[in-house]
Amino acid sequence: MSLQTESQSQEPLDLIRFQLDETVLVKLRGAREMKGKLQGYDSHCNMVISEAEEYIYEVNGNSEPVVKKTEMVFVRGDSVILISPIN
Amino acid sequence: MLFFSFFKTLVDQEVTVELKNDIEIKGTLKSVDQFLNLKLDNISCANESKYPHLKSVKNLFIRGSTVRYVHMNANSVDCTLLQDASRREAMVQAQTSK
Repeated sequence: MSLQTESQSQEPLDLIRFQLDETVLVKLRGAREMKGKLQGYDSHCNMVISEAEEYIYEVNGNSEPVVKKTEMVFVRGDSVILISPIN
Repeated sequence: MLFFSFFKTLVDQEVTVELKNDIEIKGTLKSVDQFLNLKLDNISCANESKYPHLKSVKNLFIRGSTVRYVHMNANSVDCTLLQDASRREAMVQAQTSK
């Protein structure tokens, strides 16, 4: 442990902590994505996202995704695939 | 435990729960437990024509694991408090895992 640098000793979830109050893109199960400002999270990847836009993609085609807007939404962690910062 | 406390602050507020099978249920949040199971009162189904099963149901219990989203009013959430609580929870987790 003592050989590790500061950045190495950080855990993956620490990267999510830096995204608090920033815009994130969350990829979810069921061909869905959620874009919005991260307001809270926990170790299960449960999240609260504000000013959120949900994109629901058609499973088969290349057609445009359905977009749904919500001002404040809780996302249950077991649907989460990945969380990525966007600027 | 963070979101358990978070949902406790939303008790008696109107929320819309979207389940993993696409059913959307709007109702008053009556109680919540550590698994984020929810109890809703005075429910109505947002997409009732598609899912008429719940037409005559007025209050129900939702198993936490079936929930996809919970939509809520933005002004019923204290964002800075929630952000600080998330940081604090992350710190506690880091401490206990050492």
